[in-house]
Amino acid sequence: MKLLRELLFPLIAVVAAFVVCGILILIIGDNPIETYRLLFGSALSWPVGIGYTLFYATPLIFTGLAVMVAFRCGLLNIGAEGQLYVAAFATAWVGITFANHSPWLLIPLCCIAAVVGGGVWGAIPGILKARFGSHEVINTIMLNFLAVALLSYFTQYHYKEPGPIMQTLAIGPNAHIARLGRFIPGMPQFIPLNVAFILALISCGLVYVFLWRTKWGYELRSTGTNPSAAEYGGISVRKQIIIAMTISGALAGMVGINEVLGYRYRYYDGFSDNYGFTGIAVALLGRNHPVGVITSALLFAVLQRGGIPVDAFTTHVTKDIVQVLQGTIILFVAAEAFFRGPFAQWGLLKRSKV
Amino acid sequence: MWEILNVALIWSTIRLSTPLILAALGGLFSERSGVINIALEGMMLAGAFAAAAITYATGSPYVGLLAGMMAGMLIAAIHALACIRYQADQVVTGTAINILMLGMPAFLSGAFFLSSGSTPQIPKEHLIPWLPIFIAIVMVPLSWYVLYKTPFGLRLRSVGENPEAADAAGVPVARMRYAGVLLSGILAGLGGAYLSIGQSSLFTRNMTSGRGFIALAALIFGKWRPFQTLLACLLFGFTEAVSIQMQGVVKLPSGDDIPVQFIQMVPYILTIVVLAGFIGSSRPPRALGIPYQKER
Repeated sequence: MKLLRELLFPLIAVVAAFVVCGILILIIGDNPIETYRLLFGSALSWPVGIGYTLFYATPLIFTGLAVMVAFRCGLLNIGAEGQLYVAAFATAWVGITFANHSPWLLIPLCCIAAVVGGGVWGAIPGILKARFGSHEVINTIMLNFLAVALLSYFTQYHYKEPGPIMQTLAIGPNAHIARLGRFIPGMPQFIPLNVAFILALISCGLVYVFLWRTKWGYELRSTGTNPSAAEYGGISVRKQIIIAMTISGALAGMVGINEVLGYRYRYYDGFSDNYGFTGIAVALLGRNHPVGVITSALLFAVLQRGGIPVDAFTTHVTKDIVQVLQGTIILFVAAEAFFRGPFAQWGLLKRSKV
Repeated sequence: MWEILNVALIWSTIRLSTPLILAALGGLFSERSGVINIALEGMMLAGAFAAAAITYATGSPYVGLLAGMMAGMLIAAIHALACIRYQADQVVTGTAINILMLGMPAFLSGAFFLSSGSTPQIPKEHLIPWLPIFIAIVMVPLSWYVLYKTPFGLRLRSVGENPEAADAAGVPVARMRYAGVLLSGILAGLGGAYLSIGQSSLFTRNMTSGRGFIALAALIFGKWRPFQTLLACLLFGFTEAVSIQMQGVVKLPSGDDIPVQFIQMVPYILTIVVLAGFIGSSRPPRALGIPYQKER
């Protein structure tokens, strides 16, 4: 019954969003069924569609986990966007600077750079909140902009590849991580799906173990559910805030591994397609649970991949339908009380915790 | 350094501050009533798109301006309904609206104008470059008067500070909060409309490029007060004007250009510093972000 309740609201929210957007598509004069068929059909075709869908899901799993860990501690990290930018740049910097070292040293070094870069950028709002009580939401928004400006400066003035594109020099070939096409028969190597996807799945497992099977995770979650009780029980709430934001930032930072080591092999200014903000949607729709995060990251990745043929093969619908769908889904998930009313009448649902 | 301080820079500061002032005043009404409004960005985008589309269709910028305000209010109504009636998390709802509005105007442009996310060019004689600036300047003292000198303002502030007490005194908490959020939508929509039919001559995808968030920062930097918020908006508008004008003009003693990014960072750093309490304390309305549930 509990599982059913956990699954029901996200499911209703997704279905409702598809219905609302379907009506919208109908109004502007296209066929919603045909549009959705194009969307899912292309995203779930083997091997190119699925390969790209899983590739798009990778950053969303990382940012979804990031938002989730902060959420479990009662914090809203809307700074994953800035954290992943800082991390990607740090990864590229290590990959450029130590280009000639052996892969056995260089790749771990690059990964550490991603985790540390994201972690530091996440820790800043954590420390600011713990020390001065300033709200993490505003600080993370400001740090997003700050990261973009700062990295654009470093890219433009210090590490830029000559040419019109705002991108850094390429990282050394020793820092490249393998694309999964090398191991999966039938998947062409041009698909950028890489080892970072496996890393994302492993991270889900690790986050689960950390949050629900260790003392530290318990302390973090207690802080989230009831900070005053946690403080009374001997847990330092301030410390938990800093820890949660650091882990959150580190997880968001791992997007840098996928982007820099597995895909573009350099830092590309403005590469993130709202991964940080979509991460909020992923975490919420996934009920702040690792399994839910994977599931909803896959859904959003399907939307992202499927938006491309929708853009090309319908008369009026553009790929912007994807963002409209995403926004509507989060809106419905956030305002689940909207659905609770009718359902409560059937005695099916009681209030469930986020 | 000083050769760039001229009339053009002052004029440019005023033009760049106008959308910030309108949106920040909008945020003021919403947040003073206790509802966090990070959806300012989305409301501005809605206003910018509606104003451009309607002005293009009707040829009247006044109708367009009105449409921009209505569109902002419509988005605000969604935010208000979710946050007040359905007690949704206000930050999450705001984020949802921002993502939605990143797509929706481009989606509608694509459908109606068969473009890739922008409206057609509006003829120069149908633009409205002055009126929004004038409204923005008038709105600052007016907002101050409404907030501090009228019963409406007192009630609005009271539901943002202590909704329980306000409720006990007979103030309709939910209704006041609806009013605050809807007002913020109208003002943010107007700010967005100025971007599309005042400063430029069409709507382009994501044309606010974060101005809603800057307005929010200005509101915090201005400590949730109208006149301080005006000063913050002017300061942020000034940094933007400088960063546009100074490229290649101002040199460091070493002979290099000052990177434009350093100027762009100023508003963000200032906001973080102020929020941490280094320059006087910036205290949000006490009930900000907390849904109010009437006891039964």
